Amino acid sequence: MKNPSIDTHPPADEVAQEPLLVVDNLHVEFATRQGVVRAVNGVSYTVNAGESLAVLGESGSGKSVTAQAIMGILDMPPARIPKGEVRFRGTDVLQLSEQARGQIRGQRIAMIFQDALSALNPVFTVGWQIGEMFRVHRGMSRRDANNKAVELMDRVRIPAARQRVNDYPHQFSGGMRQRIMIAMAIALDPEVLIADEPTTALDVTVQAQIMDLLAELQRESNMGLILITHDLGVVADVADKIAVMYAGRIVEHALVHDIYKNPAHPYSKGLLDSIPRVDMKGQELYAIKGLPPNLLNMPPGCAFHPRCPYGRPNCVTDVPPLYEISGTRGSACHYYREVLDGTVQ
Amino acid sequence: MGRFVIRRLLQAIPVLLGTTFLIFAIVYALPGDPIQALAGERRVDPILAATLREQFHLNDPLIVRYGYYLRDIVSGNFGTTFRGLPVSTIFEGKFAVTLKLATTALLFEAVIGIGLGLWAALRRGRWEDKAILAFTLLLVSIPTLVSGFVLQLVLGVQLKTSLGIAFFPVAGVQDGIRSYLLPGFVLATVSIAYLTRLTRTSLMETLRADYVRTAVAKGMPRSRVLGRHALRNSLIPLVTYLGADLGALMGGAVITETIFNLPGIGQQLFTSVYLRENPVVVGIVTVLVLIYIVANLVVDLLYAVLDPRIRYE
Repeated sequence: MKNPSIDTHPPADEVAQEPLLVVDNLHVEFATRQGVVRAVNGVSYTVNAGESLAVLGESGSGKSVTAQAIMGILDMPPARIPKGEVRFRGTDVLQLSEQARGQIRGQRIAMIFQDALSALNPVFTVGWQIGEMFRVHRGMSRRDANNKAVELMDRVRIPAARQRVNDYPHQFSGGMRQRIMIAMAIALDPEVLIADEPTTALDVTVQAQIMDLLAELQRESNMGLILITHDLGVVADVADKIAVMYAGRIVEHALVHDIYKNPAHPYSKGLLDSIPRVDMKGQELYAIKGLPPNLLNMPPGCAFHPRCPYGRPNCVTDVPPLYEISGTRGSACHYYREVLDGTVQ
Repeated sequence: MGRFVIRRLLQAIPVLLGTTFLIFAIVYALPGDPIQALAGERRVDPILAATLREQFHLNDPLIVRYGYYLRDIVSGNFGTTFRGLPVSTIFEGKFAVTLKLATTALLFEAVIGIGLGLWAALRRGRWEDKAILAFTLLLVSIPTLVSGFVLQLVLGVQLKTSLGIAFFPVAGVQDGIRSYLLPGFVLATVSIAYLTRLTRTSLMETLRADYVRTAVAKGMPRSRVLGRHALRNSLIPLVTYLGADLGALMGGAVITETIFNLPGIGQQLFTSVYLRENPVVVGIVTVLVLIYIVANLVVDLLYAVLDPRIRYE
């Protein structure tokens, strides 16, 4: 590791060998009254420029916490990062000073949130909130920033942007609000965009439009996109690769078509089987039995074993490592071969 | 915004009618005969009493008397006392004293209360926060009666006798703004405590809001996140409290005015209730209600300025 305090723009050769963003063995824990909650336990993933990674998992699986750790917007304390690195263009941003981090946050790594109504400030106009990026980070005048805001609103296809730039968030529909959130996030052409459940609060038809917009913006600007979701349905068309998280760990990572074709972890398989399908109409919908584990009191061995339909004796005792299946694929299941072959009973 | 103002002004009319009628009815339902009260212990000549009753419309039904009263108020006439003085001459200067007292108190409250509250919220859980919370508990537990006399004694009397500093007058209103500092602070003490706690909670809640997280994620400096994104939102509930409190301060100034011998409306109200000077009581309370309504109107307008969601509803 080189000295992390100064260099946010490493030389070109280093950029070539390192992916745009590398999360390496990241651990995040929260101090609570009941004890230490280990929300993220050794998560690693990479995102290249122009690539989209979908991070999939139930609530509490640590997917959002990982994203907030990348952004540096966790409240510390109670949160703590005891181990791990987040390397952005080769620099571990976790080691940077708050000031240096402020230069990356929002400008080079940006984030959009689930509920755009609560994520936008109710007392300022949307133009003010988008324009703020230019006024604060680029020192633009109020008028220029406002013009930029109109341009961005056009770019995310908000109709009559010029007339609506001085409206307040509550005067927009849910889908339009999320577009404003996106406009704000892409304002300074970030290299990485993290979208934390961007469509969860929206109607199904609007969901598709927002996903299309994100995909299109990514193609135009070659951003790395991290798409956090619990909805397998929305990622298929947009994502290049998927990381499935469970109880703070990645249990499977794979290229998107590989995982859809043949999951290598019982949990991913459960998620896929629980998507409603037209050809299964009339049959009972599959659901993974049980509940996600209590992070304060994790089961020994494989965290998924109490819910796993294929649980074997050693699943209770041995924590499975992330077995490498191929260059692009890994599974944290002792019996991934059987899961892949469909021979597991 | 213009329509909002007009609508709120129109809404104030039935409120004013309702409250004045209630006060009118309650005061006139008080036991005791005001004509007899004029004469104290002595017997009143029945013919004179009857004449006075006729003159003051005391024999008419309540609703008719309220009608007379309303007619007079609209023309700016608050009536005459049973002693023959116009009620408005009794008001003279007294409302000004109480208004100055209440405004001073409100300023103390806003500056100290909001200041301490913001400080506590930003230092949540640390010793500063705990000290401020303990201090507010202390403030609410000391009655005005105690804090008034103690501060009067220590800052008004002993500071002068022992150190020769005669900055705070002991009583009266002869020293201009200085006369109002001590009583204003005493009047504000309890409200300071409430406002501190309200501010603390409000800012802490705002700091947890999603849009504050968004501002951080946008890479905004901490000062901007606090000063622009959080502060304005956390001010909204405080404005409500301050506006409502102006009325409470004006009405609740009786004890403070008595301790510091300020010739204000609180003292007058107390005396008038005691002497059963009903026209004066109703007159004072009517003006207090008016001030209260105006204060609330200002609050509503400020509210609309601070929170755009209100304007368009």
